[in-house]
Amino acid sequence: MNEERSYIPETAYASYALAWALLLALLILTIAVAKLSLLAAYSVIGSLFIATIKAGLVLMYFMHLGHEGRVVKGMLLLAVAALFFIIALTFSDVWYR
Amino acid sequence: MAINSDSESVVRPAEKGGVDYAGKKIGMWLFLFTELLFFGGMFLLYSVYRAQYPAEFHAGAQEENLLLGSINTTVLLTSSFTIALAIAAIRRGDRALSMYMQSLTILFGICFLIIKYFEWAAKISMGIYPDSQLLLNMGKGDILFFSLYFVMTGIHGIHVLIGAVAISIMLVYTWRGSINRNSFVRLENTGLYWHFVDIVWIYLFPLFYLVT
Amino acid sequence: MTEARADDMAQQEPSFYHEHGRYRGVFAWLMSTDHKRIGLMYLGALLSFFSVGVLLGVLIRLSLIAPGMVLNAQQYNEVFTVHGIIQIFLFIIPGIPVAFGNFFLPIMIGARDVAFPRLNRLTLWLYLAGAAIVLLSLFIKGEPPDTGWTFYAPYSIQTKANVSLAVLGVFVLGFSSIFTGLNFVTTIHRMRAPGMGWFRLPLFVWTLYATGWVQILATPVLAITLVFIILGRIFGVGFFDPSKGGDPILYEHLFWAYSHPAVYIMVLPAMGIISEVMPTFARHRIFGYKAIVYSALGIATVGYFVWGHHMFTSGMSDTARIVFSFITFLVAVPSGVKVFNWVATLYKGSIQVDSPLLFALSFIFLFSIGGLTGLIIGSLAPNLHVHGTYFIVAHFHYVMFGGVGFAIFAGLHYWFPKMFGRMFSEKVAKTGWAFLFVGFNVLYFSMFILGYQGMPRRYFEPPPQYHGWSVVSTIGSWLLAVGIIIIFSNLIRSLFKGPKASSNPWGGRTLEWSISSPPPAENFTEIPVIKEGFYGNK
Repeated sequence: MNEERSYIPETAYASYALAWALLLALLILTIAVAKLSLLAAYSVIGSLFIATIKAGLVLMYFMHLGHEGRVVKGMLLLAVAALFFIIALTFSDVWYR
Repeated sequence: MAINSDSESVVRPAEKGGVDYAGKKIGMWLFLFTELLFFGGMFLLYSVYRAQYPAEFHAGAQEENLLLGSINTTVLLTSSFTIALAIAAIRRGDRALSMYMQSLTILFGICFLIIKYFEWAAKISMGIYPDSQLLLNMGKGDILFFSLYFVMTGIHGIHVLIGAVAISIMLVYTWRGSINRNSFVRLENTGLYWHFVDIVWIYLFPLFYLVT
Repeated sequence: MTEARADDMAQQEPSFYHEHGRYRGVFAWLMSTDHKRIGLMYLGALLSFFSVGVLLGVLIRLSLIAPGMVLNAQQYNEVFTVHGIIQIFLFIIPGIPVAFGNFFLPIMIGARDVAFPRLNRLTLWLYLAGAAIVLLSLFIKGEPPDTGWTFYAPYSIQTKANVSLAVLGVFVLGFSSIFTGLNFVTTIHRMRAPGMGWFRLPLFVWTLYATGWVQILATPVLAITLVFIILGRIFGVGFFDPSKGGDPILYEHLFWAYSHPAVYIMVLPAMGIISEVMPTFARHRIFGYKAIVYSALGIATVGYFVWGHHMFTSGMSDTARIVFSFITFLVAVPSGVKVFNWVATLYKGSIQVDSPLLFALSFIFLFSIGGLTGLIIGSLAPNLHVHGTYFIVAHFHYVMFGGVGFAIFAGLHYWFPKMFGRMFSEKVAKTGWAFLFVGFNVLYFSMFILGYQGMPRRYFEPPPQYHGWSVVSTIGSWLLAVGIIIIFSNLIRSLFKGPKASSNPWGGRTLEWSISSPPPAENFTEIPVIKEGFYGNK
């Protein structure tokens, strides 16, 4: 089967291992933040912030988003923005009802 | 010249036999965006009901089994690692390693589902499941929290199952050699799907187990 | 014009109808991955469902002037539900993209097929399966769905009718729609012929692109909402059930977050057809190519965020009502831009009044009425008065049928010679158009008057003071049905008896007119190289 060459460069195994280690470290961190009574007040923001960092790691290291062109990046932005606006507009009802 | 998916100036002639590599990747990303909006509907419900019943959601999260949840997160993160290795291996022409890593990914997926099963079973044996008498006697916030828990983890679980089946099919292709170092975009796209399912869990985990 | 020239015939290649693939008979069609065959199968299915839907609509009108004589109250609810489900989900949402889009998108961008031909075939199977499931819900044991096509919770979760099955069918149809959108967006990104830059794309392709995005980003929201209904019915999950803490208004949010963008899934490609037909028959370059492109993208973007205007009377917060009303006014701007562009295209053209142009001009007229009345009900104060009345029914039929329906007829007549290689009788087509146009306005304009007078929607037995205009409206429905019969019988007759069509009977400039009618199996012997835009633009 003939196929065009991939524009995503071959990645060292070690770089995946690094990402994996970082993800596990962040997992421990997010549990710690939620369980430490000191930080409990920030648990929602903190957890979602850490989750977003983790998602970013998966996107950049495992899914190679950085090597995709502007088209895919722009599309991702569009999809996330669409979801954000749907939730925001729904809250314009729920919060002020 | 680097071949870039947005090299719009070099428009390829459209020949029979479908779209090129970049097109296949775009197709998969677009599919993931539909999945994002699909799960988005659930996250919308979660955030609205959480805003309405913060205390009950707080109490509900403490009912969850944090240990099992954390183990499952580890399992899924590791499976993302192994599927990434499987793709890296096939690109180096290491078919055996790739097949090994794919099998490992499938095993992790199944492992995730088994742990999930025990979590669900524990809840159900306590009498907590949608529409159960025990649940209906609780407050409205609790009903919503546990219903959301079952629905969101359930639909996520179905996606894990679909992913595991897809990787099994890729495993057969790799074994037969139709996925090889020159042609691996199907495995790559399956990997993208698997990572996406992982990302969904990365958000589900704090929302149901941690946020207090 | 209807006579094919001899030299034109001489260079005809064997058409795609002769390319069976591996199978024979019906499987040569069902198993085909050829975008043209898939498009034609969609077209056949769509027009069949459309005819059934029209029949049910005529039945509704009949029942309204003689309540109880034709249908009883429960049957009335079922008939208008099924009318809505068929016309919306089986006909007009898939509508233009799956039929004309499939057939012409690859040809118009100079490709041999779509990006994912097998996925394309899968969408057809999903569409047929979804349609079968929806129809099954009408005929198996139990009652047909009686919720209206919107499946509003909590009634849709409580009713004993076969809602689960109908909802499952719509879910499957949604997948078909998602994959079509995904396929088209990828195709437009990656399969354009050399030299076909973004601003050389035919306008129909641009609208399909915008539509594809709406399909991708909106349909999944409907899918998950339908899953919630099924879970509610089977497992008692109470996300929309107030007794279990749920919020029925959230159902409406989720439902319209899809179903309003769905209006643009229908209307955008309709606008694309009009943008093709106008310059061809005006024999004049399109006025403001880029304005049409940007307004299509603008409609797709802004149209995504106006869903709340379906919910002004549902108990939504005042803040949300003001926000949604404001955005609704915004979306009128790009639609208006388009109308002016089309009209300006006629200026100083040498206009040839053939049937496709008549349908296109009717589109502009009827869509403008639909759009402008949309502004009336998009503002909060009037909306509260007319929301529950026939004013709304009239408005959306002007947009859906007067807009999209007429555009489909325009496209059908415009591309008929290309798809089937035969010409139809122009005289009969015009007669059919006249009946349809007059019937349409008698049918639905009466509803504006009835709505303005306060006749409530959905009632089985309207109060007696509305009887007069009701009768007028029903007579309109008969005229309209006669028009559709004339149009269809003309086209069906021409399939077999029509004179052979030349490759370019109308003088169209886009790529589909550069190949023979019907097109050869792989569209082009040689992929064309595009040197300039098709409407005199660079």
